[in-house]
Amino acid sequence: MNIVSKLSRRRFLQLTGISASGLVLGGILPAGGSLAGILDRPAGKELNIFVSVTPDGTVEIIAHRSEMGTGIRTGLPQVVADEMEADWHRVKVIQALANTEYGSQNTDGSRSVRDFYTVMRQMGAVAKHMLEQAAADTWDVEISECVARNHAVHHLNSNRHLGFGELAQRAARLETPEPESAVLKSADDFRYIGSSIPIVDLEDITLGKAVYGTDVHLPDMLYASIERSPWLQGKIASYDAAEAKKVKGVLDVVELKAEPGPPGFNPIEGVAVIATNTFSAQRGREKLSINWSESAHSEHNSSDYLDELAGRVKGGPGKVRRERGEVDAALAEAETVVEASYRTPYLAHASMEPPVATARVEGDRCEVWAPTQGPQATQREVARALKLEIENVTVHVTLLGGAFGRKSKPDFSIEAARLAAHVGKPVQVLWTREDDIRHDYFHACSAQYYKAGLDHEGTVTAWLAREAAPPIPATFDPGVTMMSSGGLSQGFANVPFVTPNLRMESHEAPAHVRIGWLRSVYNIPYAFGVGSFVDELAHAAGKDPAEFWLELIGRDRLLDFSDEGFDYSNYGRSLADFPYDTARTKGVLRKLVDSIPWGEILPSGQGWGLSVAHSFLSDVAVASKVEVKDGRLKVLELHGVIDAGRVVNPDRVHAQMEGGMIFGMSLALNGEITFAEGKTGQFNFHNYPIARMDQTPAIIRSHITPSTAAPSGVGEPPTPPVAPSIANAVFAATGKRIRELPLGKHFDV
Amino acid sequence: MKLTINGKTVELDAEPDMPLLWALRDMLGLRGTKYACGMGVCGSCTVHLDGEAVRSCQLTLEGAAEGEITTIEGLSEDGSHPLQVAWREHNVPQCGYCQPGQIMSASALLAANAAPSDTEINNMMAGNLCRCGTYPRIRAAIKSTFANAAAAPEDEQ
Ligand code: FES
Ligand code: FES
Repeated sequence: MNIVSKLSRRRFLQLTGISASGLVLGGILPAGGSLAGILDRPAGKELNIFVSVTPDGTVEIIAHRSEMGTGIRTGLPQVVADEMEADWHRVKVIQALANTEYGSQNTDGSRSVRDFYTVMRQMGAVAKHMLEQAAADTWDVEISECVARNHAVHHLNSNRHLGFGELAQRAARLETPEPESAVLKSADDFRYIGSSIPIVDLEDITLGKAVYGTDVHLPDMLYASIERSPWLQGKIASYDAAEAKKVKGVLDVVELKAEPGPPGFNPIEGVAVIATNTFSAQRGREKLSINWSESAHSEHNSSDYLDELAGRVKGGPGKVRRERGEVDAALAEAETVVEASYRTPYLAHASMEPPVATARVEGDRCEVWAPTQGPQATQREVARALKLEIENVTVHVTLLGGAFGRKSKPDFSIEAARLAAHVGKPVQVLWTREDDIRHDYFHACSAQYYKAGLDHEGTVTAWLAREAAPPIPATFDPGVTMMSSGGLSQGFANVPFVTPNLRMESHEAPAHVRIGWLRSVYNIPYAFGVGSFVDELAHAAGKDPAEFWLELIGRDRLLDFSDEGFDYSNYGRSLADFPYDTARTKGVLRKLVDSIPWGEILPSGQGWGLSVAHSFLSDVAVASKVEVKDGRLKVLELHGVIDAGRVVNPDRVHAQMEGGMIFGMSLALNGEITFAEGKTGQFNFHNYPIARMDQTPAIIRSHITPSTAAPSGVGEPPTPPVAPSIANAVFAATGKRIRELPLGKHFDV
Repeated sequence: MKLTINGKTVELDAEPDMPLLWALRDMLGLRGTKYACGMGVCGSCTVHLDGEAVRSCQLTLEGAAEGEITTIEGLSEDGSHPLQVAWREHNVPQCGYCQPGQIMSASALLAANAAPSDTEINNMMAGNLCRCGTYPRIRAAIKSTFANAAAAPEDEQ
């Protein structure tokens, strides 16, 4: 059955806001989940991505994913262009509006290439086939004599050729072919897949012309700044806006009541100051005086909370989530027993562009411009908040000045829409950095406890692990107090060890802040706990940590946890499509060790450390070299190896490796959000520091394992192994084992 | 208020203590200069005042009126400043949001010191944050403007 078909120009306009002429194709995209699932859907429905060929020869390719710095606005179009034999210089990338017909547009979970690689290829192949058919019809020859190459169709038996533009109208009148007739290229013929094409926005960025959410500007637009409840679910008890209204440029002060119920995607209760420019709005806001009511969370203290979680995981058994063999018996018989507790703090996303949205409401229609990872959630939630039909809400996706998961939430767009509806003019809501850090959807803190037994040969015979961390679903349902299987599938319960006796347990951790997802999510705490503890065991066994890891992972095999009581999520994809292959995990580790002078004798105060993690269906191993001198910790080198299957744009994968490792180093050295009396102790970059250039090692190397396997995640996997690799290097350098992040609590960084 | 921005004189009806950043962005349509912290600690809003890098979120209009302002839009006519070229050659940007500020800081650095050492580059650029972590490429791009053997990150497929 067809998964690619023609679209009317009217539909194209609806979905992109742009008129089309010539051939327009749409394809059915998976709504997330398994790509195979889409083949069972009824044909002709949910046509959602496209390519169009205009009579002037421009090939327009829709980017339905959000660009937050990964290069996806370039990567997926380059896949389509390759299959259709388009000339990249004549390709124009058009950003899609939000529309449920695109399947999932939610750009998170490192899934854009893995979920859409194949369907993008099919789209390109069908377009190419139709252009070839149009040429065959024009020349009255067999299609087998017509070959598309570099933006034109050539007739093999003569010198004739016709450009894509010349064929567009004729191709548009053809029926969409059966997918079998649109043959995918062999990898040897790839022109763009696997090549480092510069991102389409490169020039604009260097000129300062790229348009982010902050840069949207509408006629008559007003600017709003909102003072929000300092603790979760606080309410306005009373407020006085008299002084604020006296500030020049301030036009209005508006109360924004929170919706009842869980935090979810809803805006936090606040008071908005609306002005003719950002400065006046912010200055007016400083003059507000607001009394906030207490809530169940206004006493939240993160240090007490983490102590409590740590006590719980160390104190006794939790709910068993995965079990193999007899852990207690094996521990009792072990030659050596090692135990350790780890903790990691809350983190904030702190993308350089804070949350920002601009909205215009006219009658029963609303238009939103936002740097959103979740265009459809924005459309749906704005429609709900304003009680509008979903089709009457148009969401324009701007470039995102970083996002890291924060901008999946539509709360800031709802604020802009509510205020625009209130004042009857377009309104831009810009979060200050203080707003962004104080009112984030925070990355969860975590407490973990590990206990392992080693036999007389230093082989691990038992592995007991317990964790407690506030779960993401609590943001939507406060009744959820324990980690889901999906959360535990992020490096805690799915450890790839051959150990005969294993048990993983969870404890409760009720949430007191909005918990969200941050680049690599629960892989951050779990990779730190697991990666540190493996290193501790290696030292206890007197073995080289790299060798020890390889031994612990054991023989080559495909992992499946189903008979150990664990419902492994595999990031929403089947193990058949994306097997968890220990050979690949060991492969990146071996390649890493080969690429560095692992085992070299270093001056005192220096050390190497490494770790490895499987996340978002990819494997990444990272090594760090550090120096600790006079209480000062410096990361001297970072090396990473990634196996992400087939790679579409190697340069962008390297960029993600470099940036993802620096992101990991940043959280390892500096990242910590604390709460006291329900409020964050941090609110801007001076007290929530992110990595600076002078903290960045002079040597950062990234290696991509060549692979023809299905493409897997790239944006998040580089981050998890970094923190344990640095902590392990610190141990190698100093003999001091740090079991708590950030390292900046223990050293000058 | 009268200001000279990118070689042109502009008149503004605004409070003298308004930070230049907001006048550029909200009143003059020069939105290449970005907001990210508002307290002088991230460098996203960097512009030149008489050729020196300054944080426009900390510079009042009154202060800005005392010299000539250059923003990313005025750095070159057509994106041909050697750093803009180097940025493209090294594919520096990820999300790109911090990059106008990075380029403005780096160009002020190079104008004062055509061949800074690694330490000088680190020190000058430490005030420009990039959450995407493009620092290795920023370094390589800066160095490529004065050293032929640019120290690009040696990535391997
Ligand atoms: S916005 Fe001016 S330094 Fe950050
Ligand atoms: S490129 Fe994204 S913040 Fe620097």
